[in-house]
Amino acid sequence: MEKVLMKGNEAIAEAAIRAGCRHYFGYPITPQTEVAAYMAKRMPKIDGVFLQAESEIAAINMVYGVSATGKRVMTSSSSPGIALKTEGISYLAGADLPALIVNVQRGGPGLGGIQPSQADYFLATRGPGHGDFHVLVLAPSSVQEMADLTVRGFELAEKYRMPAMLLADGTMGQMMEPVVLPEEQKPAAKAPGWAVTGTECKRPHNIANSLYLSPAELERLNVERFERYAEVEKNEVMWEEFMMDDAEVCVVSCGITARVSRNAIIEARAMGIKAGMIRPITLWPFPKKPLLAAADKVNAFLTVELSMGQMHEDVELAIRCKKPVYMCNRVGGMIPSPDEVLNSIKKAAEEGGKAQ
Amino acid sequence: MRENQIIIAGFGGQGLLFSGKVLAYAGLHEGRHLSWLPSYGPEMRGGTANCNVILSDRDVGSPIVTHPDILMVMNTPSLDKYEDEVQPGGSIFIDSSLITRKVRRTDVTAHYIPATQIAVDLGLPTLANMVLLGALVKDTGCIEDESLKASLEQVIPARRANMLELNLKALQAGKDYDA
Amino acid sequence: MIVFEKPKSLTDAVMHYCPGCTHGIVHRLVAETIDELGIEGKTIGIAPVGCSVLAYNYFTCDMIEAAHGRAPAVATGVKRSLPDNIVFTYQGDGDLASIGMCETIHSAARGENITIIFINNAIYGMTGGQMAPTSLIGQITQTSPYGRNADTQGYPIRVCELLSELDGPAYLERVTVNSVPQVKNAKRAIKKAFQNQIDGKGFSLVEVLSSCPTNWGMTPQDALKWIDEKMIPYYPLGVFKDKEG
Repeated sequence: MEKVLMKGNEAIAEAAIRAGCRHYFGYPITPQTEVAAYMAKRMPKIDGVFLQAESEIAAINMVYGVSATGKRVMTSSSSPGIALKTEGISYLAGADLPALIVNVQRGGPGLGGIQPSQADYFLATRGPGHGDFHVLVLAPSSVQEMADLTVRGFELAEKYRMPAMLLADGTMGQMMEPVVLPEEQKPAAKAPGWAVTGTECKRPHNIANSLYLSPAELERLNVERFERYAEVEKNEVMWEEFMMDDAEVCVVSCGITARVSRNAIIEARAMGIKAGMIRPITLWPFPKKPLLAAADKVNAFLTVELSMGQMHEDVELAIRCKKPVYMCNRVGGMIPSPDEVLNSIKKAAEEGGKAQ
Repeated sequence: MRENQIIIAGFGGQGLLFSGKVLAYAGLHEGRHLSWLPSYGPEMRGGTANCNVILSDRDVGSPIVTHPDILMVMNTPSLDKYEDEVQPGGSIFIDSSLITRKVRRTDVTAHYIPATQIAVDLGLPTLANMVLLGALVKDTGCIEDESLKASLEQVIPARRANMLELNLKALQAGKDYDA
Repeated sequence: MIVFEKPKSLTDAVMHYCPGCTHGIVHRLVAETIDELGIEGKTIGIAPVGCSVLAYNYFTCDMIEAAHGRAPAVATGVKRSLPDNIVFTYQGDGDLASIGMCETIHSAARGENITIIFINNAIYGMTGGQMAPTSLIGQITQTSPYGRNADTQGYPIRVCELLSELDGPAYLERVTVNSVPQVKNAKRAIKKAFQNQIDGKGFSLVEVLSSCPTNWGMTPQDALKWIDEKMIPYYPLGVFKDKEG
């Protein structure tokens, strides 16, 4: 397989096109603008649609429109822009429509900064918008995964008729790495039965809708949707284990911090500390089972994250507080160095060991 | 195991990210594991700019270089910022036309190349980055000559093909400079 | 002999509109247009948030329910996905001219080849009669209980005039439905706005001055008169843009 060198943001765009996505709507915001720029260049040449919307709100509603017609569609933005999209994401969820939303996170709150962050973890994993719902959350940790999980995001979104969010960070978006691009798929020739494509006077009208004024009906739909979510939790959890066989300290980290942690774990091993890592690839559904299983084997957990402890909370929940969960975090666009992570691993190994 | 952790830094507009790209594509040509990470944001427009390049025989962990074994700098603030981070035994490549001070550390090798002056003398004032990169590649051997050329062929867009020869000329001038 | 019947493009659902409300008339005009142009099978309608939120139950064509104000963006997505289909939005004044003004202006500026039916009744009906961006100076509503005051609440927006400054729109006309001749005139305008889309002419918007007897606190007859006496002087009827002429 031929490897090409690409920025993470460009890999997302090219992977989406290869996945048969022909509709992209976006609005410029650092550090994801390369996605829009790439789409602007490519889409007109393949009979696709690139449209720079007037706002992130308009962009997500254009996505809603295309999704209702049964076609693959995506938008991308960064944290403050994603906040604006939450209205539309909730409507997509409420109307059971698939779509891919890319969030190349930057520091917040407010205008925050433009450097990498993972502080939209809660926003993404708890359901980015009003009401009871989830989106699939995929957290790439390499440019290769930026491409692969883009394709996966479309597939899962369509399989479960729900929005998927590719939750990357500024580093993943900006860095270049060799990548094997996914195979070319043609856009689906036929729209799914639920799609709004015109009745051709041959069937009753389809309605893409999230309004249900009858409480009983709305309750039923919410419950049914969560039954579907339970299937997702059962079937679609993705994670990667690194040096976990005999690990005493389990690092939990995703995205760029998982990459930093990898270096630190190798150094820790060289010093005789048995460290390993469980790297969640899906953040929702969260890899609760492997973490809970690890809780019986390791002495301590350590989350490494670019937030004030958002993933930390999920790890404590997943392992039911069976073992101490330490944290190594930086925020605002700062990224912990491998040395900082190594120090935290040492601390977790010492104190976590004593707690036994 | 062979691994180079490289920081290239200076002012925005000096072609530093491009220099890093040339290394990265050369690494790709050699089938090595690699990463290229730029600084980004408004600082690119007139402020400082840097990029991190890792070339390795194994999977690249963190793409962020904290302790480079190779540092290439084209302004004084970058030397000030990164000098102390260089691994003991590492190399620092300095455009001595632009940076007048000397490296303070004694446990690293400093290479002073008047890259900007050489580039101006060649009539290629915008290619000082390539002159310095030539010296870097020659001294560290971090990539092969042949992959450097292959890289340039890939990185320079077809519509600017005339730039290929000029870039190669600047690289050669850096290699030829006897520091 | 049948001389008058329900258009095919309207479902059998009983409409929820108040007595004397003109939404029903405009729905009918849209449905007649769809029937007459023979486009029922390829038309996709976008319903707004507001009194006509349930419009998706009343038209037999495929429908999408949009978020408040976002119908033109949703329509843009649909039209870009299915350029050969006919896409219309049906929006009220709060939806189109307040929360959705950004989407309205930009879809117009892009000259998006869609049809917008804009119901201007100078009030928020669904939520019980609050001030709209088109409420008149002095108009008493729940949120302008002392009458709309320009000093604190600004001036009503003339949407057709505003959009007419843009190069994008193909056709902008303001009509009303408060008398039989006006209903016939409104029908002509609505049909033209759909025909324009079929002909690929681009963004067409018909603003319909409508009555809201319930929230205006009037009888239906007085409400129709109020359109003539109060609304038309501020919102003159007519064509504000027609790229043909």
